[in-house]
Amino acid sequence: MNDRPEARSTGFSRSRPPEGGTTNTARARRHPFFCLIAARVREFCREPAAIFWVYVFPLILVVALGVAFRNQPVGGVTVAVQAGTGADHVRQILERDGRFRVSVWDADESRLRLRTGRAELMIVPPSAAEEGYAYCFDPTQANGVLARSLADELLQRAAGRRNAVAAQDHPATEPGGRYIDFLVPGLLGMGLLGGGMWGVGFAIVDMRLRKLLKRYLATPMKRSHFLAAVMASRLLFTIPEVLAVLLFARIFFGVTSQGSYLTLGLLILLGAFQFSGIGLLVASRAQTIETVSGIMNAVMLPMWIGSGIFFSTDRFPAVVQPVLSALPLTPLIHALRSVMLEGAGLLALGPQLALVLAWGIITFALALRWFRWN
Amino acid sequence: MSLAIRCTDLKKTYPGKPPVEAVRGIDLSVDEGACFGVLGPNGAGKTTTIEILEGLLEPTGGEVEVLGMNWRQQGPEIRQRIGISLQETQFSDKLTVRETLSLFRSFYPRGMEPEEAIARVGLDEKAGAWIKHLSGGQRQRLAIAAALVGDPALLFLDEPTTGLDPHSRRQLWEIIGDCRRQGRTTLLTTHYMEEAERLCDRVAIVDHGRIIASGPPRELISRLGGHHVVEFSLSRSEGADQPAEFWSDLPSVVSCRGEAGRVLLSVEEPHRLLPALVERLERRQWQLASLMTRHASLDDVFVMLTGRQLQQAEEEAP
Repeated sequence: MNDRPEARSTGFSRSRPPEGGTTNTARARRHPFFCLIAARVREFCREPAAIFWVYVFPLILVVALGVAFRNQPVGGVTVAVQAGTGADHVRQILERDGRFRVSVWDADESRLRLRTGRAELMIVPPSAAEEGYAYCFDPTQANGVLARSLADELLQRAAGRRNAVAAQDHPATEPGGRYIDFLVPGLLGMGLLGGGMWGVGFAIVDMRLRKLLKRYLATPMKRSHFLAAVMASRLLFTIPEVLAVLLFARIFFGVTSQGSYLTLGLLILLGAFQFSGIGLLVASRAQTIETVSGIMNAVMLPMWIGSGIFFSTDRFPAVVQPVLSALPLTPLIHALRSVMLEGAGLLALGPQLALVLAWGIITFALALRWFRWN
Repeated sequence: MSLAIRCTDLKKTYPGKPPVEAVRGIDLSVDEGACFGVLGPNGAGKTTTIEILEGLLEPTGGEVEVLGMNWRQQGPEIRQRIGISLQETQFSDKLTVRETLSLFRSFYPRGMEPEEAIARVGLDEKAGAWIKHLSGGQRQRLAIAAALVGDPALLFLDEPTTGLDPHSRRQLWEIIGDCRRQGRTTLLTTHYMEEAERLCDRVAIVDHGRIIASGPPRELISRLGGHHVVEFSLSRSEGADQPAEFWSDLPSVVSCRGEAGRVLLSVEEPHRLLPALVERLERRQWQLASLMTRHASLDDVFVMLTGRQLQQAEEEAP
């Protein structure tokens, strides 16, 4: 106890190289906010799995869905004709139109094909002169209905029907009206949702489990710096993520935005902020990976289905519309689509922006209140 | 001499059914510049105590003063002057040692260069390595470097060597010894008695949330019965069946106990005991199977105080 050397204040300068020491060196210290962001960015970039899920996965989705639902001229209508007299006649007429794929089967096989979706329409030719054609199809399937009308039209014409009024077709397949154009804003929104959940919610629970949050708390670090850095790094990660999807969709599918890219960028930042807030709230008390995964799924699933990522929310009954439009992702996707497809400006999107902003601010405030550090 | 830590009647009860009284009235005072050890089995309340002192837990009752300040009013000031190593912190796997320490350095208004902290714990060669590639001992040294980077007057180390191999443990002892020589006050918890004896000026032995003994390790050992322990066992004979008390009348014996077929005598002067012991054995024609004399350790103190081996106490712990 008596052999204590120099006083604490000078203790560290002894036998140390000149650049060492306890004082602030001439080199300006970086602000903890920026150091925290730098640490998050480094961690992220060194995690191959994160890179895949955030950047590569959305691109795969764009390609897969873009190819699966590429717009083709209505065609490839498959028709099963029941064997019998007149069957070959029907086949000849329909096959003159390139859109039909026609085959002749016995009655059972034709029904089976219709039932299992291998044929969209089944035609029973008249067995006697006084009978007409019988069409079997699923009235809830657009393709079936379409096939029936087309086939009937061709058969009637062949039998002598004439147009009462002249009609002309003008094919219009300009960019903007295709499924891929509809899909890209949806995928952008979905990416922002996933980013907030995984990049903020999951990441924070992970840090809590590793006691890293507690360790930070044991330093003079300001809590607000930490939370702000988590949010800011999320916004930062959003930029390349969104650019990847937009560029990819533009190069391979010719998807462009009708509205200004500045407006689009602003919307995306707002969306990223909103979902960081929700991610933070999800993470605010969860103590295990299982809990946070469960909550994340419970939050994401309704939006995946009900917020219009893959198909319009108009398909849901009117009763649930108010609920759907209050989900955080719905107004965001609506706004993104309005900008990209219709060229809407910020002013026109007032209600959507307000809703997105409100979700962000309210969840962030609640998260701050409830946040548990250890 | 002023106090770095003072706490009185510290209590912590965790709500639950039934409530868990982790700490039941602990008083501590740690002199500035001292190395103080809180010792005890797992579950004794060591970590709860240290986390209250670190300002990470609210006590249920009692007063705490750290560096003459109070957590409630001067929390941020205290934070800047203490360094903490938690029982287990997993720093970000994919940051390097240097990056981790730069980050922690940025939280403190004053402190040392990350490179200097790295040098102090001997991690120079690993400065650029990802944390996931560090061994357990290296991670523990990093934890201490992260505690040192703010140049603290007071260090809290919660079980700095638990689970480490003997070599790594010795390295950490060196580092902790250095911190002391630099004049930092250190409070550490451990359940290794040997570690406390090596490092600490004073220790407090904690069991079931209370301090059951405290003082300088040497003094505790001598106060509780002899500086030396003579440990022996006999080959199979009636002598081996004698209760330990059979030997208590030998000269200089302070206390005795039996343990797994061996007899342990706490002794003040082994040179007075040994001839008498040998003489008794010869007279009865009993054969020694083993004989060992050693310095009494804090392990012996713990057994004296609680009647339990430290290991037993660990098994009982929740």
